[in-house]
Amino acid sequence: MKKTLIALMEDKPGVLDRVASLFRRRNFNIESLSVGHSETPGISRMTLVVDCQDEAQEEQVVKQFHKLIEVLKVTEADKVDSALYRELALIKVAANLDTRSHIIQLVDVFRAQVLDVSPTSMTIEVTGTEDKVDALVELLRPFGIKELARTGRVAMLRGNGK
Amino acid sequence: MKLNGAQIVCESLVREGVQVVFGYPGGTVINLYDALPQYNLRHVLTRHEQGAAHAADGYARATGQVGVCIATSGPGATNLVTGIATAHMDSSPIIAITGQVGTAFIGKDAFQEVDVTGITLPITKHNYLVTNINDLPRVMKEAFYIARTGRPGPVLIDIAKDVQQAEIEFEYPEKVDLPGYRPTIRGHERQIRQAAQMINRAERPLILCGHGVILSGAQVELRELAEKAHIPVITTLEGIGGFPRTHPLCLGMSGMHGEAYANYAVQSADLLIAIGMRFSDRVTGKVRSFARAAKIIHIDVDPAEIGKNVPVDLPVVGDVRHVLQSLNPQVEPAEHGDWLAQIETWRVESARRDILNRETDALIAPYVIRQIWHATQGQALMVSDVGQNQMWEAQYYLHDKYRGLITSGGLGTMGFALPAAIGAQVGRPDEEVWVTVGDGGIQMNIQELATVVQEKLPLKIAILNNGYLGMVRQWQQLFFGKRYSGTPISGPDYVKLAEAYGLTGLRVTNKADVVPALQRARQINGPVLIEFQVVGEENVYPMVPAGGSISEMLRRPLEEEEMV
Repeated sequence: MKKTLIALMEDKPGVLDRVASLFRRRNFNIESLSVGHSETPGISRMTLVVDCQDEAQEEQVVKQFHKLIEVLKVTEADKVDSALYRELALIKVAANLDTRSHIIQLVDVFRAQVLDVSPTSMTIEVTGTEDKVDALVELLRPFGIKELARTGRVAMLRGNGK
Repeated sequence: MKLNGAQIVCESLVREGVQVVFGYPGGTVINLYDALPQYNLRHVLTRHEQGAAHAADGYARATGQVGVCIATSGPGATNLVTGIATAHMDSSPIIAITGQVGTAFIGKDAFQEVDVTGITLPITKHNYLVTNINDLPRVMKEAFYIARTGRPGPVLIDIAKDVQQAEIEFEYPEKVDLPGYRPTIRGHERQIRQAAQMINRAERPLILCGHGVILSGAQVELRELAEKAHIPVITTLEGIGGFPRTHPLCLGMSGMHGEAYANYAVQSADLLIAIGMRFSDRVTGKVRSFARAAKIIHIDVDPAEIGKNVPVDLPVVGDVRHVLQSLNPQVEPAEHGDWLAQIETWRVESARRDILNRETDALIAPYVIRQIWHATQGQALMVSDVGQNQMWEAQYYLHDKYRGLITSGGLGTMGFALPAAIGAQVGRPDEEVWVTVGDGGIQMNIQELATVVQEKLPLKIAILNNGYLGMVRQWQQLFFGKRYSGTPISGPDYVKLAEAYGLTGLRVTNKADVVPALQRARQINGPVLIEFQVVGEENVYPMVPAGGSISEMLRRPLEEEEMV
């Protein structure tokens, strides 16, 4: 079962290394990991999707994560009803005069954006849940996907939850 | 006060109460070594950096203070690794200070450069690479705080050479600011109340005393709990010394080589009160069949230990001593006569299989250990190595003394005993310190005999020489058709070797000579090495085969069974 963790941590050299090392040595499976600045200078925010065998393992993941000195807070996003999940993907798809308009129609339906057009390709940006990104990727696949870059999940709780 | 980085390290050590450091100099710590003599710090030169790390660990375990070791960059730092990992597994507070190449050379594969913070990431509680002199005082302060608080553990500080040379106006922080590190010390009141209720209701309660009891200094509180509620106590290997072994409620050690009656007690208890221990596989055997009849209360300072290996009915996260101080008044006095009588029948049955109750003139290691116990009246500080010698020490030296045994439990590091004993003797100079070690383990760090002599440490070193790597040989005998692959081992003439290093060397080949040799060794006012040539193919019993249930032990055959 996939679990989403939101972690706040001090922005210091080697912190990512500590997280990666911890997950590797404890045999926890990282599905995706996304890290960047938070609202507070000096504090990074990480969203992790972890594939856990059971509840007990999930509990272990959170506790072991907490043991890292630089980790300030870990939130289990799945444990609240209303977390927002988003992922961004850049998709470079083969496109020519014949297929370009078909692709643009799909882009519109998915409220995605065309970032770049060349005689033989188009680059599309899509934001949404993983399911939405997956769906667009599958629809574009028949045209020929040349490159795909996905950010992995970022998460935030709705309302005042933190 | 303007100080350079090397002086800041020394000044910080002094302010943290450090009196002794164990180390080995080299290119990137030469500044540190230049500063050392300016401070009131005793330096113990080991003969290998591994010895320095174990000595710092032994010092920490003997005194409860933070042990400190120093090594240079590259090979010096990598040589510390086994010692750091040993301390990490047994939650021993040490600070390892390593030199690093100059900041400008980091990442350039410079001479004696190694990424020691990367290497030690998984085996330290925390570590630091210091490349800016302004960070150094804070890092020193934080490192000691992290090492000694919460669940103790090793912290490594890697300091670039130019940082040791740079100068700043020194100001030592009074407090640490670590928002992500706040160990829970006091247990949750409701959980403690529930624990008391469970204890008050239990009919067959049993305490499992782990290293945490010793680390938190809770031996008095534990004894109070056990006596008040009449609860028998089992110790883990690292928990030995947390509860007096000769106390009528003490059942000794359980687990893979635990007493059979202790394992039966675990399997029959209706309540296990696990205190400062982590349910190692050596304690539980097969988890699914461990303590099936029992509810489990788990008291530990590290929340990540709760439910890690064994599902727990009631967790109490907090420092063991604080938790017991809150718990004890809520526990009602009780009598568990039937339960203790049941255990007593198992104990009597077990005694029939005790090797010391067998009529034999052969010189066996358990006999030697028991005679050391008699000779020292149970008051020695024992440092054991790893393997058969370690298990026999745990079984046959009856430890009543708090912090009376130092041994590598979690990592099981052969070669630990001699250097750890150096640290222990330095930390407790007025006490009688004994090393019990096999002929394999002694040869792993035998170079430290020179340290013993240079530092004039009156260690008594008992080598139990059976000519084998005994524990592996035992497994080979029992599970691999007696194919002794790689386990027969020779060694030097230990008496000559002792003399060559400057120790008194004694050799014992007969059972009758054991007691006189021990008496002589104790009369000699200096280090003594005694080689006991013991029976080669003797086994440690009982034994739970790896992965097996602790109710299914291999037992020492009875005399009549052996006749068959």
